Amino acid sequence: MSDSAPAPVKEIEARKLSVHYGRHTALSGANFDVYRNEIFGIIGPANSGKTSFLRVLNRMDTFTPGMRFEGTVMYRGKDLRDWRNLYALRRSVGVVFPLPVGLPLSVYDNVALAPRLRGVRAKAELDVTVERCLRRAALWDEVKDRLGALGSLLSGGQQQRLTIARALSQEPDLLLLDEFSIAVDPVTTMRIEDVLKQLKSEMTIVLVTNLTQQARRLADRTAFFLQGQCVEVGPTNELFNDPQHDKTRAYIEGRFG
Amino acid sequence: MQHEDVRDFHWYVDKAMASLVFLGGISAIVFIIGIFLFITREGLGFITDGLDLREFFFDPAWRPTSDSNPTYGAFALIAGTASITGLAVLLSIPFSIGAAIYIAEFAQGRTREILKILIELLAAIPSVVWGFIGLSIMNPLIIDMFDVPVGLNILNAGVILALMAAPIMTTIAEDALKAVPDRYREAAEALGATRWQVTLKVVLPAAKHGLMAAVLLGVGRGFGETMAVLMASGHSINVPDSIFDSVRALTATIAAELGETAVGSEHYQALFTLGILLFAVTFIINLTADLVMRGIKRS
Repeated sequence: MSDSAPAPVKEIEARKLSVHYGRHTALSGANFDVYRNEIFGIIGPANSGKTSFLRVLNRMDTFTPGMRFEGTVMYRGKDLRDWRNLYALRRSVGVVFPLPVGLPLSVYDNVALAPRLRGVRAKAELDVTVERCLRRAALWDEVKDRLGALGSLLSGGQQQRLTIARALSQEPDLLLLDEFSIAVDPVTTMRIEDVLKQLKSEMTIVLVTNLTQQARRLADRTAFFLQGQCVEVGPTNELFNDPQHDKTRAYIEGRFG
Repeated sequence: MQHEDVRDFHWYVDKAMASLVFLGGISAIVFIIGIFLFITREGLGFITDGLDLREFFFDPAWRPTSDSNPTYGAFALIAGTASITGLAVLLSIPFSIGAAIYIAEFAQGRTREILKILIELLAAIPSVVWGFIGLSIMNPLIIDMFDVPVGLNILNAGVILALMAAPIMTTIAEDALKAVPDRYREAAEALGATRWQVTLKVVLPAAKHGLMAAVLLGVGRGFGETMAVLMASGHSINVPDSIFDSVRALTATIAAELGETAVGSEHYQALFTLGILLFAVTFIINLTADLVMRGIKRS
């Protein structure tokens, strides 16, 4: 796992990060770094603030009434609040939500949307992107003969992979996956996991998952969140084999959550 | 606790209320059939013997009061109604769709609420007030601005009608946009789409059926409007070749002439034939709008 490479570049630095929805605090005072080109796993039971962290990275607070965050998050050396064009930030960050959202467009247009938004017009280029992203999301074989079908009419698992393909079509620097395998069968999940391992040479991946074993399989480093606190962060092997906190150990051993 | 099998007070109230609301529902059908039967009966005599279909649809000469040779060509009236409604829809589409997009996609909180209330208020202005505005404000304004002899014409009636139809179209179009689930907007915004890109690429395509229905209902509104059109159009029989021509609408003709005719006379029956035409067209427009709306619910 850990090769003794040069000092890792920090892609994300979260300092004293708190996230609030109205009076409810979802995450408080979290400090951790995510390194470039790693898969960073976040595990923890429901309501531990995992998703809230992802929402901050995409600045979803700007269109979620009542949501705000405190502290600082540096992304690629720049404070998230200092981005002058939020749309450019969001183009750089791909997100896959736990509930799949196939846009009411054709499968093709779903995946071609992000390239089109940044101005790609050439049909040939779009064709290549659409096929590559659908292949990576392990969906190509199922939809290649009906790229014109409505994306919102695919099955739940297919829409989930369509969402992954769409996020990849952004060619993001940072890919956020929130319980991506919730609606996907185990075989397909393994295929996507293999793709993620390859993708990390191109981008940084933050993987939020309820499946501790998935984090163990994929993540280079893992954070354990509990009740809005970042309890522990470390290389995945160490976190799983020798956790520093009793709560982490209890969670990993399946004694709660 | 004993639970006896007895038809108690609540059981009877339930049955009574079920019958009452059934009557309410069924009355819509009774009324629509009743109205259809009534206007058909009143116009039927004319349709079966007097009516020359070619004259009715293609002859511009509406001379029902001529002593020697009355003619009943409704072409000029149809052209009048069509030109006013057409202009009104053309004018109101950009405003109402624009307003609907602003309210549904861009406006926030209080601005949105205030705008919605104002637009509903606009819809509540009586048509005779609009007609009055056409007569006393638009008329001199058009004469001044375009240097034409008469300001009561297609332009005047079209603008008035556009103002009257716009609130309805805006409200229905906004409903159509609001019916697009927020998760679509969030998904598109997560891809880095701007508000406008979200609107253009995701919301408008998803709402297109509802928007078409909104336009159709606006057309229906314009088509049936009587008083404002009567006051603003100039009410002169004319096949127009410019928007500065005065015209006469189907509805206005019925309203202005029906009181002057003897019940059962040929003229009276001819007016009811106009009524059948209006009824049929309005029915088709509303039915189409309804079918188009149903289209969204299915997909």
